[in-house]
Formats: sequence, structure tokens, C-alpha cells
Amino acid sequence: MSDVSVRTPAVAWVRTEQAPVLAAPSTLVGPIAWVRTNLLGSIPSTVLTLVCAWLLFLLIPPMWKFLVTSATYTGAERTACLPNPGMCYPYLADNFQFFMYGFYPVIERWRPNFALILGMIGVVGALWPDFRYRGQFALYFLLVFPIIAFVLLYGGALGLAVVPTDQWGGVIVTLVVAVTGIVFSLPLGIALALGRRSKLPVVKFFSITFIEFWRGVPLVTVLFMASVMLPLFVPQAYSPDKLLRALVAVALFASAYMAEVVRGGLQAIPKGQTEGAQALGMPYWQTTAFIILPQALKLVIPGIVNTFIGLFKDTSLVFIVGLVDFLKAVDMSLVNPVWATPWTRYSGYFFASLFYFLCCWGMSLYSRNMEERLATGHKR
Amino acid sequence: MTLRIATFATAAILGLAVAQPASAQTLREITTRGQLVCGVSQGLAGFSNPDAQGRWTGLDVDVCRAIAAAIFDDPTKVRFVPLSSANRFTALQSREVDLLARNSTWTLSRDTQLGLDFTGINYYDGQAFMARRSLRLSSALELGGASVCIQTGTTTELNAADFFRANNLRFEPVVFATADETIKAYDSGRCDVFTTDASGLYAERLKLSAPNDHMVLPEIISKEPLGPVVRHGDNQFADLVRWVHFAMVTAEEIGVTQANVAAKAAEMRNAEVRRRNPDLARFVGADGTFGEMLGVTNDWAVRIIRHVGNYGESFERNVGERTPLGIRRGLNNLWTKGGLQYSPPIR
Amino acid sequence: MTLVDQAARVGQAPPKVAFLNNPKVRGIFWQALLLVFVVFIVWGAASNAYENLRAQNIASGFGFLDNQANFALSQSLIPYTETNSYGRAFIVGLLNTLLVAIIGIAAASVIGFFVGLARLAKNVLVRQLATWYVEFIRNVPLVLQLVFWYTAVLQPLPNPRDSIALFGGEVFLNNRGVVMPKPIFADAAIWLVAAFAAALVIGFIVKRWSAQRQAATGQTFPVGWTTLGLLIALPTIAFYALGQPISFEHPQLGRFNLSGGLRIIPEFVALLLGLVLYTAAFIGEIVRAGIQAVHRGQTEAASALGLRSGHTTRFVVIPQALRVIIPPLTSQFLNLTKNSTLAVAIGYPDLFLVTNTINNQTGQAIETVGMIMATYLFLSLLTSGFMNWYNQRVALVER
Repeated sequence: MSDVSVRTPAVAWVRTEQAPVLAAPSTLVGPIAWVRTNLLGSIPSTVLTLVCAWLLFLLIPPMWKFLVTSATYTGAERTACLPNPGMCYPYLADNFQFFMYGFYPVIERWRPNFALILGMIGVVGALWPDFRYRGQFALYFLLVFPIIAFVLLYGGALGLAVVPTDQWGGVIVTLVVAVTGIVFSLPLGIALALGRRSKLPVVKFFSITFIEFWRGVPLVTVLFMASVMLPLFVPQAYSPDKLLRALVAVALFASAYMAEVVRGGLQAIPKGQTEGAQALGMPYWQTTAFIILPQALKLVIPGIVNTFIGLFKDTSLVFIVGLVDFLKAVDMSLVNPVWATPWTRYSGYFFASLFYFLCCWGMSLYSRNMEERLATGHKR
Repeated sequence: MTLRIATFATAAILGLAVAQPASAQTLREITTRGQLVCGVSQGLAGFSNPDAQGRWTGLDVDVCRAIAAAIFDDPTKVRFVPLSSANRFTALQSREVDLLARNSTWTLSRDTQLGLDFTGINYYDGQAFMARRSLRLSSALELGGASVCIQTGTTTELNAADFFRANNLRFEPVVFATADETIKAYDSGRCDVFTTDASGLYAERLKLSAPNDHMVLPEIISKEPLGPVVRHGDNQFADLVRWVHFAMVTAEEIGVTQANVAAKAAEMRNAEVRRRNPDLARFVGADGTFGEMLGVTNDWAVRIIRHVGNYGESFERNVGERTPLGIRRGLNNLWTKGGLQYSPPIR
Repeated sequence: MTLVDQAARVGQAPPKVAFLNNPKVRGIFWQALLLVFVVFIVWGAASNAYENLRAQNIASGFGFLDNQANFALSQSLIPYTETNSYGRAFIVGLLNTLLVAIIGIAAASVIGFFVGLARLAKNVLVRQLATWYVEFIRNVPLVLQLVFWYTAVLQPLPNPRDSIALFGGEVFLNNRGVVMPKPIFADAAIWLVAAFAAALVIGFIVKRWSAQRQAATGQTFPVGWTTLGLLIALPTIAFYALGQPISFEHPQLGRFNLSGGLRIIPEFVALLLGLVLYTAAFIGEIVRAGIQAVHRGQTEAASALGLRSGHTTRFVVIPQALRVIIPPLTSQFLNLTKNSTLAVAIGYPDLFLVTNTINNQTGQAIETVGMIMATYLFLSLLTSGFMNWYNQRVALVER
């Protein structure tokens, strides 16, 4: 029996080689199967697929028509765009500088550009995962960069001409408000979060009152208050700068939300950490600064980024105090009779939506990425 | 008071502009600063709107440029501060701006109650209605039961309510925050009528999908004399602002234009020509010291016309019939041509 | 010796520390400092405001609320004309805000729930569409979305003369909104409310009885259907028994508009659409996270016990997911209410728009801003209070 080469004549035919591999039936793999399982899996699923296809049919052809086929691509003024009910691209090209810089003097526009580059370096360094000098970059962004950026934008030092804040506009204002909001709201939010968990009743009371007050009122009314009421609360001779009013309002408002995010992080740190530090003889501030906060802040980076996304979108409301932010610059360009057509508004607003979407979406992708990294870190 | 110090310190640390306490004369402040600070609208086509480079243009903007030309011989020495209708007067009171050239209606209460002075009228306006031709309306009195698109927060809203109540008509107001939103809603059929100042109707008409399907009804329901505003009490500066406008009107009257002003001024060196054209001689500063009386140099009017042009030129350039707005002179023509623009004599 | 010492110290006060190092003293010191600081700021602001107001000759006080408003509003739930007072205009604005907030919260919860399910759906098209919907909505400022919806609502609708008639010519749809017959209640209509209340009470009693019976015998009773039947039947019987106390005012086509009847204005529809779809995207993410937080073992155990899939979702998954969902949901409800202030962009006369107009006309900045902030704060606290109470009800009772 050990001889495998022996053929048994009683058996008519035995396969000696592997049969050719057949493709799996098209009902199990391949595009048809994919459609069957993923789109037409059951009757309700099929109905949903049809509903979704109908929605896409409603959305995509008009969008395509507006953005591509009916759009105007060249021209110098309104008569070019008037006959085509679609995007007016030359209007966007013509006004692009205004959207970015507002009234910032043309010859000084290298200053905001330079400030933007310095800021980007700080942000990328601070947010780059597993980068060795992350902390240093974060400190640079939160402490050093605001001063450099202020000197660059406002001038009045190092031989730079003064550019008063009412000449700032467009994306510059949007970024200044958002970045100042985050730079000031982070420390203030940490202080409030610690205050809310404090054992001292007065501190706790004021922190809770402050947080709940700002979280309870809409930002629109806060800005409204900043524009009509704040001038009354300071001595008459000093009418605060409009940008300063908006910055104060946005920073206070954002700090309340930031406080709640940080509180979440503080609550997630086990009590043993505090007790361990105390056992080593560390006083409260040392425990907080060197043991609790570094761990808690690392946990809430996604939360901070999400707050920042909200803040970034909310900057579109600072026009209430009379600032010309990006969205207001788009609004103002609509007044210009050179480009006034029925489609100008849609073109401007579509561009604005795209700008906000790309900025916020990018940030949210980062925050989700971080969330996943942190989650795996805890799973072990 | 410590809080004052604290406030000041905060502002100083942040290095942001803080309005100075009331003291010096406005003109002296402007000269030392080397710049005029002019409050304008946040965008009203043809009157004050930024172009694609962020430069301000318009009829109101020309008033500011003309004043800067008279003071500095340089129309670019102006900083424009866009103001909303809600904060425009406060900005002037708190010395944030030197003057307002912001399509503000001259009314008795504003002139007396706000500590402000109107120096003249650079545009005669009035509130009117725009409706679709297909409705076949011949008068605003037929608007009973109509939906009316209005911009909120201005006298426009109150004028409309007054008009309908006085004529015992019912209407549905649909109010919006900005002119742009208002016209869009009207264009999409949300309202039967759109109402704002007549000048605004011309500007907003450009945003309609079919401008010829719409008509302006004959009734003007309010008087809106628009003009520059200065702070009450500084008469020297008020005089300057007033006479800068008059100089532009006078120039149109006596035929001085941006193109010929240099030649005319040169001609006046000749004593014989001077004797035959006394008005022109006084205008270009060859006779008398009228500029010095206003606190500027004697060739002030020449500077204005050279840099900005006369009233008619400014009008045609910004809102006139060859611009997209296409506004006819009408009430804003010279008094000699059936309008209301009239300048007291420069003498 | 030491042992004795230690024994003696048990139950005694801890060793004395220096006065300055005493945590209690330090605590009191810092708190006093904070108190002084806050009082100083508030007092400084108040005294400045008083001086500024006096200097600018602005009379403070709420007297202006009785003055005639002189402006009209396009939607009011209570009778209002331009001859009414500022105070009444404020109430009209408040009611308009409440209307959009309440309907918005209900609708956003329902849609958000389905969005959450769609994000977890097996159907790829549904899942992708839901994902992109969430991404797009969450990353664009709401004010731009509102403008979009306003255009999207107005553009396809005809003018009043070419109104689309629905329900046999009873309801009209045009670019001035939806116009429907307006019910006019006679005095006897109060009994209809009584009949409705009675139906609710009976339904409640039936529910308790059914629960007891199920506990005792295991038999179930269709409580929902019974209550629904009662809710329809009782008021209907009352309606005919009382001789039809409700009549209807039908809209009439005038020169410009349909006059009379009950009208839903397009601004309201656009604001509601914008707010609901915006909030629903956030709620969808909360619901998805909540459902994913329920352990898979729970579902498997439920099917092992023989529960049907519907019952598993209803009695096992949802109650546990709710505990995760409720707290962040509360913030979304608050956000929706607060975001309704953006109505100013599309001309819906909400609290903020009305107060803004009042402020423009009276110049009473402190009073109007104070009123509007106090109102939103009150609404927020009320909502949080209710949601906290509800959260405690569904929370897990541990030990």
C-alpha cells in the first residue's frame, strides 16, 4: 500500500492534478454581489437605496449645472456674468485679495502672510503626532507667536508702519479672532475648570456661575452686548477698539466651553494620581501643574480641536460689532456695482462655504485621527 | 480711579487704538495726525463701497477725499472706517471719526439731540417703492394687503409703517438685516414690493434677475436729505466741510472741471483776465484770502477740483447714467438746471 | 514613651502648623481676595455705566416698554399691530422663538435618531450619504446654511395667484407660505379640551392596569392602540354632541395675497429646516456613539433569551444607549435654542430680531440687552433642569 504509483484499475478515472480554480459565483463576489449585499440586501434596504439615489439625483445635476455648465469663467465686470445663471468665477478672482486682506494696505500685505507662515509652523509643530519638541512648539504658539503676530500685523515697532485695526479685514480678522479666542480661552478655561472642582466654596460658586452664564446665552447676544454695552462699562474717555471688544467677547465665551472640555479630562484622571503626588509631598499647584494637567490635557486634545472648530465657525458672527471678517468681506463685495448680478451672491456664498468647510473638515479629520490614537493607547 | 488705570493699561498693553479725551480742535488734530478719519457705510453702492482692491469709492467717499485734498493736497490721506447704522453716531461722538459721510438723513432730532451738526446736503433722496410690472400698479395707494420687503433698523421701516397707517392700508412687513438679503427675498417673490431710499432702489435693481420687469412707483413717501455730519461745537471744521461741498457745486456752476482747472488757475495770473472773471478769480484763490478764512491754503478749491472734480463729475463718475447704477441728476442737478443743488457765493 | 505619645494623639487635633500655612486660613484668604476682586470689577463697571448714562442723557428704566412700538411684525402668535407697545412686541418675539425652539427640538431629535441609525446602516449608499451629510453640515457656519435653505424654500414656490391647492382646495401653498383654514373656537370648545384630557387620564389608568395584569398573568394588552382610539374617539364624540363648536375661516385671494386663514410664513419654514438639519447632524453623531457604547454581548444575550429584534432594540439597546445620549443631547437642545438668534439673517421675527429693532429705536441698550440675555439664560436653565430630571430617571441605579 505504500506504493502510491499503483493504479487501481477498478476505478475508471481519478484526478491526479488540481482542478482549475473557478471564479467564485458572481452572486458571492464581484461588483454584482457587492451591490446585492450592500445596496439590495433586503426589501427595506432596497427602498432606502432608491430613496438615496433619488436624493443624489436631486442634488448633483443642479450642482453640476451651477458650478460647471452655467458658470462664467472669464470677464471683467458684471455684464460677463449676467447672462449665465451659475458661478461667476471672475468675480471671485477679482475680489480674492479683498476676501483675504480686507482693507489692509497693499504694500504691507507681506506682513500677514509672514505671520501666517510663522503661525503654521507653530501649529504643525505642536500638533504633529509623536514629534519630540511638541511641547516647545505649543508653548511657542501660545506665548511667543501671539506677540510676534501682533507686532507684525499692527506695527509700530521695528520700523513697521502702524496699521490700525479698523484697516484689518477678511481672513486676517477671521484668523485673529479664532487664534486669540483659543490662546486666551485655553488658560482661562483651565483655571475655570480647576475652579469648578475646587473645594473652596466661593471659588467654586464664581466658576460655576461664570461657566453657566456664558454657556446659557447665544454668542450673537454676547457680541451685541460687547458692541453696545461694553463702551458704557468703561470710563467714557476710553472707547475700546472694536476688534478688542470682539476679542474679549469671543475669549470669554469660548473659555466657558473650554472649561467644560477640560473638566471632562480632569474627571478622567484617576484619584490615585492626586493621592500619589500628595504622598510624595507635592503641594496643590505642583500636583496640578506637573501630574494632573499634562495627563488631562493630552486626553482632551480632540475636544479642544472641536471647540476650536466651533469657534472658527462662530467668527462669522463678529460682523455684529462692526468688524469686516471673511464672511462680511464677501457681503461687502456684493455691494460693489461692478459685479452686482443675481448670481454674485450665490457665487460668494458658495466660495465662503467651501472655505469654512475645508478648514473645519481638515481640523475634524485631525481630531478624529488623534481620538483613534488615544483610544488605542488606552486599550493596551 | 484704579479701574481707569487698569483699563488704560490693558488697552496700552494690547497696543490698540484708544480714543483720546475731548479737547483739541478737529482741524488741528487732523493736521497733526496727517490723516482724515472718515466714517462711511458698510457698503452702499455708488455712495461708499470698497472695490476689489479694498479702495473706497463713491459719492460720499468723494466728500472725504475732497476735504483731504483741501487740507493736504492729497486725496489719499484719508482712513475710512465702515460703520453700521446703529453705531455711526456714537462713533462720531466718541471722536473715533472726524466726520460722517454716510448717507445719513438730516432730521431735526438728530441735529439737536445727538450733539451733532449736519453741514449740508450732498444728495437729495426719498423713500420709494419698487414693484413688478405684471401687477399693473399705478400708485402706492393700491398696495393694501401687499407684502413689503424692508431693511430693519432704519427710518425706512418706520416710514413704511407710517405711510400704510396714514392711508388706512394693511400690509405684511418682511424685515431683513441687510439690503442684500432684502432684495434677494423680493426677487424670489417673497414680497410684492421692495422699499428703500430711491438711490438704493437703483443700486439694488442691479441684483434682480430681470430688472426690466420691475418699476418704481411714483410716490416718494419721505424726504431724505443726505449729508456729511460733524460734531456740534467745532464750528471751524464744520465750516470747512460745508464749503468743500459748496466749492464742488460752485465749480460745476462756473464750468471748472478736473480737466481745465489747472489751465484756468494759470490764466488768473493775468490781471486783465482776473478782472473779467471775478467769480473764477475768487474761486481759484487769485483774489482774496478765502482759503485762509477756512483754515486751509488759498488754493484749496483748486486742489479739490484737481483731485476729485466738481460735483457733477463726482456724481457722474459714481452714480450717474453711465455707471451701472444709472441715476439721473433730478433733484440733485444744479438750481440753474431745475435741481436743488445751490451754492452760496464764495466772496 | 513614643508608643504612649502616639496613643495619646489618637483622636486629638492634628499637630499645629504655622498660621500662614494652615490650609483653612489660606483658603479663606484666597477666597476673600477673589470676592474683593469680583466686587471691585462689578462696582467699577456699574459706576462707569451710571456716569456714562448720565453724561449721555440716556434715561434708564423699563418705562419705554409701554410706549407705542410703531413697527409691524410678519408673524405673531398673539394679536399684535404696530400700535401695540414695545413690551408686547417683545412677548411676540419670545413666543416666536419658543415656537421654533420647541418644534425644532422635537424634529431634530427624531431626524437625528434616524441619522444615527443611518450612520451604522449595512447599506453602503445610506451610510455614505449619512456620513457626508454629517460632515458637510457640521463644518459650514449655520448662517450660510440658513441663507441656502431660505432660497431653496422660496425659489420653487409659485406666487399667490398660482398657488398650489392641496386637500381639495382647503390648503394653499405659495411663496408667501402655507395658508390653511383658521379654526374659530366657540365657547363650548372648552369641552373638547376636557374630552381630550379625559382620554389621556383613561389611557394612563389602562396602562397601569395592563402593567399589573402583565406582572400577574403574563398577558399583554394593546395599551397604545387603546389610548390612540380614545384620544380620537372622545373628542370626536364631544365635537358632534356639542353641535360642532369649531368653525373655519377660509383664506380669500386678494389683489396681492391670500388674506385670512392661518399662515405659516416661509421664513419660519426655512429657519426650522436649517436649525433642524444642523442640529440633527450633531444629534446623529451622539446617537451613533450611544448605540456603539452598548456592548455587543447585550444584544446577543437578548437574542439568546428569545427576544425579537424589535424588542431587543426597544427594551435592551435603547434604554442603555439613552444613558450615554442624554447629557450631550441636552447641550444640543440648548444650542438649537441659542442658534435660533441667527433668524435675523432671513427675517424671521424672533426674540433677537425684535429686541434689536426695539434697541435701534429707543437706544435703551442696557435694558434691552439685559432683557434678552436674561430670557435666554432662563430658557437654558429651564431646559437643562428638565433634561437633568429626565437624565436622573433613566440613569442606572447603582447600589
